[in-house]
Amino acid sequence: MHDFNYQKAGSVADAVSALNAADDGTVMAGGMTLLPTLKQRLAAPSDVIDLAGVSGLSGISVSGGVTIGAMTTHAAVSGSTDVKGTIPALADLAEGIGDPQVRNRGTIGGSVANNDPAADYPAACLALGATIKTDRREIAADDFFNGLFETALAEDEIITSVSFPSAEKAAYMKFPNPASRYALVGVFVAKTAAGVRVAVTGAGDSGVFRASSLEQALSSNFSASALDGITVSADDLMSDIHASAEYRAHLITTMAKRAVTAAG
Amino acid sequence: MPDGVTGTGIGAAVKRVEDQRFLTGRGNYTDDINRPGQTYAYVLRSPHAHATIKSIDTAAASEASGVVAVFTGADMEVGGLPCGWLIHNEDGSPMHEPPHPPLAVGKVRHVGDQVAVVIAESLAEAKNAAELIKVDYGVLPAVIDMKTAEAGGTLVHDDIGTNKCYDWGIGDKDAVDAALAASAHVTEIDIVNNRLIPNAMEPRAAVADFNGANSEYTLYTTSQNPHVIRLLMGAFVLSLPEHKLRVIAPDVGGGFGSKIFLYAEETIITWASARIGRPIKWTADRSEAFITDAHGRDHVTHAKLGIDDNGKFTALKVETYANMGAYLSTFASSVPTYLYATLLAGVYTTPVIYANVKAIFTNTVPVDAYRGAGRPEAAYLLERIVDRAARETGVDQLEIRRHNMIQPDAFPYQTPVALAYDSGNYQATLDSALSLGDVSGYPARKAGSATKGLKRGIGYSTYIEACGIAPSAVAGALGARAGLYESAEVRVHPTGSVTVFTGSHSHGQGHETTFAQIVSDQLGIAMENIEINHGDTGNVQFGMGTYGSRSLAVGGSALVKATGKIIAKASKIAAHIMEASADDIEFKDGNFTVAGTDKSMAFGEIALAAYVPHNFPHDELEPGLDETAFYDPANFTFPGGTHICEVEVDPATGVVKVDNFTAVDDIGRVINPMIVEGQVHGGVAQGIGQALLEGCSYDSDGQLLTGSYMDYTMPRADNLPNFKVATQSTLCTHNVLGVKGVGEVGAIGSPPAVINAIVDALSDFGVKDISMPATSAKVWQAIQDARG
Repeated sequence: MHDFNYQKAGSVADAVSALNAADDGTVMAGGMTLLPTLKQRLAAPSDVIDLAGVSGLSGISVSGGVTIGAMTTHAAVSGSTDVKGTIPALADLAEGIGDPQVRNRGTIGGSVANNDPAADYPAACLALGATIKTDRREIAADDFFNGLFETALAEDEIITSVSFPSAEKAAYMKFPNPASRYALVGVFVAKTAAGVRVAVTGAGDSGVFRASSLEQALSSNFSASALDGITVSADDLMSDIHASAEYRAHLITTMAKRAVTAAG
Repeated sequence: MPDGVTGTGIGAAVKRVEDQRFLTGRGNYTDDINRPGQTYAYVLRSPHAHATIKSIDTAAASEASGVVAVFTGADMEVGGLPCGWLIHNEDGSPMHEPPHPPLAVGKVRHVGDQVAVVIAESLAEAKNAAELIKVDYGVLPAVIDMKTAEAGGTLVHDDIGTNKCYDWGIGDKDAVDAALAASAHVTEIDIVNNRLIPNAMEPRAAVADFNGANSEYTLYTTSQNPHVIRLLMGAFVLSLPEHKLRVIAPDVGGGFGSKIFLYAEETIITWASARIGRPIKWTADRSEAFITDAHGRDHVTHAKLGIDDNGKFTALKVETYANMGAYLSTFASSVPTYLYATLLAGVYTTPVIYANVKAIFTNTVPVDAYRGAGRPEAAYLLERIVDRAARETGVDQLEIRRHNMIQPDAFPYQTPVALAYDSGNYQATLDSALSLGDVSGYPARKAGSATKGLKRGIGYSTYIEACGIAPSAVAGALGARAGLYESAEVRVHPTGSVTVFTGSHSHGQGHETTFAQIVSDQLGIAMENIEINHGDTGNVQFGMGTYGSRSLAVGGSALVKATGKIIAKASKIAAHIMEASADDIEFKDGNFTVAGTDKSMAFGEIALAAYVPHNFPHDELEPGLDETAFYDPANFTFPGGTHICEVEVDPATGVVKVDNFTAVDDIGRVINPMIVEGQVHGGVAQGIGQALLEGCSYDSDGQLLTGSYMDYTMPRADNLPNFKVATQSTLCTHNVLGVKGVGEVGAIGSPPAVINAIVDALSDFGVKDISMPATSAKVWQAIQDARG
C-alpha cells in the first residue's frame, strides 16, 4: 500500500474535522473494504481516519424497533438477543455476511456507507424502511442509496447509527455468488406498519432497489403462492460471468418466494 | 498390515511425521528464508494481452528511494526459458518453439508478462518505484479463442508465421475412418475441458543468493523438482555450471504441477543477484499467481465413437485443440499428446483409435501440467462419450461399460495408442464401488429427492490413467529431453540410524512418512531412527522430482533398490563377523542370523562394525554403509478405478449438490492407507471443483476476468459431501513394491462422474450435455433451453 497518515479519531466531531483538514482523507470503520483496496494500491488516500476509538458509536438499543450504532460489528448484531427478539431476519442477515473474521471486524455503518451493490445490509435498510442517522441529520433509506457505491452522504458526513422499525414479518434470502459469496441475488421481504416492501441487492445495475411487482402481489396476499407467475424484468439488472440478467431476474422471484415462506 | 517389527511398515496408517512442524507453524517455506543483506524484487507486468514495447523509461524508478537496480529485457542477454519435450507434427517436422525471454523483449504476449524488475531495499520501495517506470505500449489486437488463432491474422509470435505450435497425430486414421463408416451407430460429442488456475496454498517465491567469494549461486525456490530447475536454468538459460549452482526447494505448500516448471522470476533474480552482488527475494502475491502460474487443461475436442450391432466399440476418433497460452511452458507440449491421447483406450477394448491434436498459441497465460495433466482430459472425454453412447443406444450405463471392458485375464494388454497396461481388474473396482456407494439404494434416494422437488442423478466414471512417469527410453523416443528415473541414497550412520536422500520432492504428499515406512519395513528399524532428506541439490544426488504420481512408483523403487544394496553389504559383514557363509545369513526384523543357529547380530551392530572396522572383510569390502541407487521404470503404471457420483439438482435455481460420492481406486499396494485416503479426498475435491466451480475466463481483449477469489471459485468444504473412499488393488507387475501411484487419481476419475450425474438428473428435461464448470447459472439455462 501507499503511505498515508493514520489518525485515530476521539469523537465524531474530531473525525469530521480531520476529514476536512486532510487533502484526500477517508474514514475507516471496520476496514473490510478499505484495507484490501489499500493493499492492492487501488486507493491512495492521504489520511485514514479510524473510528475505532470513538465511544458511543457501537451498541444496540430497542425501543419499538432496533437502533444499531454505526460501529457495531456484524457478529454483535447476529448474536444480539435484542435483535433476535425484535427483527430476527436482521440477525440472520448479519450471520450470513462474509466469514467469521469479517463479521468480527466489519460494521453496519461501514457497510451502509460503502453501499456495495452486492452487500446485504442495504437490502434490509430499504425493505424495513430504516433511518440512517448521521452526525448532522437523519436520512430515510429510500433517499440514502444512490447507485453503485453512491449514497446521500456528504463528503465529510459520518453515520452514527441505523434505526430499523419492527416488522410483523421479515426474512432475508441470499443466493450467494459461488466465488465471493456476496449476494448474487439477495431479497429482503418485510411486512411492517408501513406495508409490504421487497428490496433486492446483488442484482441491480444501480445497486439495491425495491421490486414493485413483488410488493404489489404480496401487499394483498403475503404468501409465496402470491408470487406465482410474477416476474421481474431483466432490464436494468446486472449481467456478468456469474449470472445473466435473466437468471438474476428469475432468482429474484425464487428467492422472494423462499423469503416469504421463511418469514412465516 | 505391518510386517515390520516396529508396526510402522508397509500398510500401516502411520500419522504423518511432517505434520508436527506444519501444524505448529514451524515449517520452513521459501518466504521464511532471509539472507544477510537481502533485497526485494518486484516485477512490473504487462497490463495488456498483446502489445509492442516501444520504449521503457526506467530513469525515475532507478533514482527512487531504496532502489538498488532496475532491469528490463534489454539488459538481460540470456537464453530463453526452454521446453523440455519436442513434439513432431504428423508430417514429421518439429514443433515451433518461439523464444521465451524471462523479461519481455520487444513485445508482451499476455497480461502478466514480465516487463521489468525493480530491486530495492524493501518490497514497498520496489513497488513504489515500479509505478515510476514509463512503458510506451503499442497495443495490438489479442487472440484468445483457439480456432480464431488457428486461422491466423493476429500472430502471438510473428517470427513463426502461425499460431499453431504443432499438429500432431497418433493411431491409424484410415482404419478408424473405415471402422466408423462400418459401425451400426456413431456417437459424437463436443467437449470443452475448462481452463483451471492451480492455486497452490503457497504462492511461488524465490530467494537468490550469489556469493562473490566463490562465485556460487544458491537459489531457494518453490519447486517440485530442484534438480530439474538447476539443469534447465543453469544449462539452458544462464550458462551456470551445476557445481556452482545450488537449488533448494524447502517446505513447499502444494504444487499440483504448477511448481514443476522453470519460471521467469526465479531465473531473473538468480541472474540479478550476481549483477548487484546481494541476495534478492521475490514472493508472488495471490493476484500475481493468477496471471503467472501456468494454468491447466483448456482443451476443445470433437470426438466420434463407433459401436457395432453387438454394442461393442469399434473405433474412436478424436480431434483436439489444446491451448498453449502465449509461450511454451516447460512440459506444455507433452501434456495434450503423450499424456493425453495415449490414454484414449481407457479401460475399453476399442480396437482402433486415432487422435489429432493441434496445439495453439494465444495471448493467455501459458498452460502446462496440472494434477492429472492430459489424463483427466482423456478420462473426461471417454467417460462422457460412453455415457452419451449408452443413452443414444438405450443401453444401461453399467452394461455398456462392462460389455466393453478389458477382461481381468487379458493383461498385459496392448492398446492401439502405444501404451501396454500391465495389470488391472476394472470389473472388481466397479463391483466394489457399486457396493460401497449403495447403488442398489439409489432408486429410493431418487424418490426421496423427488418429494423435495429435486432432481437426482447418478453418474459413473470407470477411468484409467498412466503414471509412474516414466521409462526414460520410451520417453526419449517420444521427444522428452530428459530422463525420468529417480534416485535414492541410504546413508546408515555408525549407530544404525539412517538418513535417506531422495530425488523425489514432498510438497504435501507425506514422503517423509511413507518413505520412512518403506525403510522401516525393509531394514527393520524404527521410524524415529529414519530421516528423509529431499529438496536440496547441495546434498541430494541428481533426481527428477515429483509429478505424474511418480514418487512412490519410481522414487520408492529406487529407495528399495538402495536398501537392498545395504542389506546385501551388511549380510556380508555379518557373515564375516559370525564366521559363516554369506549365503547362510538370513535378514529378518532387523536382525542378521546364521541360518539354523542362534547366532544373530542386530542391524545397529553391523552398522557399527562397518564404521569401526576392526573385524572386517577388508579384502572383500570397503568400510562404511552408504548406498545409492538409480531406478528407471520398465513401464508406466496404470492406476484406475470407478467413481460414482450422485447429485441433487434444484430445478428452481440450477443449484447442484453433490450428495454422494464414491471412489474405489486401484493404486496397487498401499503403503499408508491414511495418506492414500487423504490424497483421494484432495483429488476428488479438485475434480469436483473443476466439474462444478472452477472456470478460468478471459474477455476478448485478453483480460483475465477470474483474477481473484472474488470471481474464481475454489471448492470449499460446503461444496463437498463426505466421500466414500476405498482401494481395490491389483499389483503393478514391474516394480518391486507393486505400487501404482495415487496423487492424481481423484482429480482424473471424478469430473466425468459428476457431469454424467448432472446429465442424468436433467435427462427428464431433455438436457443432453452440460459443460464444466456446471454452475447453477449454466444448469438453470440448460433447463430453460431444453424446455424451449
